[in-house]
Amino acid sequence: MPTIIKALQSQVGRKLMTGITGIALMLFLVVHLAGNYAIFASAEAFNIYTKKLESLGILLYIAEAGLLFFVLYHSYLGISIWLGKRKARPSGYEVYKSKGGASRQNLASRSMILSGITILVFLVVHIWSFKFGETEMIMSADGEPMRDLRQLVIDSFTTWYIALGYIVVLTLIMLHLFHGAWSAFTSLGVTNKNKTHAFKLGAYVFAIVLMLGFIFIPVYIFVTGGTGSLIAY
Amino acid sequence: MSTNMTIHLRYWRQSGPTAKGYFEDRTLSTVNEHMSFLEMLDVLNEELQLEGKDPVEFDYDCREGICGSCNLVINGQAHGPKKGTACCQLHMRNYSDGDHITIEPPRASAFPVIKDLVVDRSAFDRIIEAGGYVSVKTGSAQEANARPIPKKDADLAFDYAACIGCGACVAACPNASASLFTSAKISHLSHLPQGDVERNNRVVAMVEQMEEEGFGDCSNFGECEAVCPKEISIAAIADMRRDYARAVIQG
Repeated sequence: MPTIIKALQSQVGRKLMTGITGIALMLFLVVHLAGNYAIFASAEAFNIYTKKLESLGILLYIAEAGLLFFVLYHSYLGISIWLGKRKARPSGYEVYKSKGGASRQNLASRSMILSGITILVFLVVHIWSFKFGETEMIMSADGEPMRDLRQLVIDSFTTWYIALGYIVVLTLIMLHLFHGAWSAFTSLGVTNKNKTHAFKLGAYVFAIVLMLGFIFIPVYIFVTGGTGSLIAY
Repeated sequence: MSTNMTIHLRYWRQSGPTAKGYFEDRTLSTVNEHMSFLEMLDVLNEELQLEGKDPVEFDYDCREGICGSCNLVINGQAHGPKKGTACCQLHMRNYSDGDHITIEPPRASAFPVIKDLVVDRSAFDRIIEAGGYVSVKTGSAQEANARPIPKKDADLAFDYAACIGCGACVAACPNASASLFTSAKISHLSHLPQGDVERNNRVVAMVEQMEEEGFGDCSNFGECEAVCPKEISIAAIADMRRDYARAVIQG
């Protein structure tokens, strides 16, 4: 039997890890989405929520290190699978056409590398602007200083190109998940012939609901110019 | 009596494993709809030989869809356009007068071209040799019902055992992965009591061999299932991963 390390480097092991890291990242997105909606809860809710997160200390660092590891591992696996294609088929076909039917070759599955890399670039920008970005310090109702991230969100999303870029990236995440959310479970071996359709449908529903959930905030803020009645002042 | 069709062919020519390949074009004017795809190639070769030229080499044996010898990539699709059909069972009635058809060998570094449209698929044999067997004494067959096997398991094993090893899965896979072949050859044994004994060693050895042969990673494109002449489901691949994880965990 191979050691765990060797097994994880095998083709099947790499696929298992792509699935596991992918599912972990999907779960993170759900939590992230729930957190975003704090912006609609009360005037201070979003800032208090982010302050609480930041005051978790060591726990936050562990969570961040874990996320960074998942993102990097998932990206490494995806890129190495993509690079491996050329080695396995050095000269391509003059004519190549999918046969349809049972095939899941579509825009989503064929563009995993492109949507993935775009999401990776977005992550850098996203973390740069929201985690390390400059924010004003304001006083909370209890007289505690806190970063006004809520204002940063509103300022960002009333800027047309930031709102648009965010929506484009979220659409790409949806596309990535159209294939990824189904594929992850197949990689873990939990699908079978009878369950495949349910998983595929589930992936589409999950991806669409997640995307709509995320883009509602920038769309709402942009359309209302940041002064909509849902955003409590 | 059917009328003759004119078919414009474009096929791969390569005089040997290390020679540089190229496409050759030729128009056939005496194709009729009752011919199988391979019979159409026979007509092509007859014409070539009458002109004193080398015939186009292609693999075939049974010509009835059960041996897995033929594996042409026709207009970019392994075994051509018909679902669940090997190209020997593909008939020219699926084409119409004046059609252009490009024929290529399966392209994968694990399947080097021997000549023209013939590739070396011994990588598949080595995957089988790594573990695709059961170590039982042969002898006279035991009575079929001596060892009860649930119908569900027997059916599943039979679905996977339908694999004829043609290599269409590799040919069609955008990554040139052999996961469908390997997993079918693993799963048709592991679901039966006879194959269960060597289950863990088998899956690890065959997965390792598959990688060593230079096949690519699986990205769950499912194109293999679409082109498989036996319509084997990629559920076999999910099965293989489950088996592999269990083997590693059990040690």
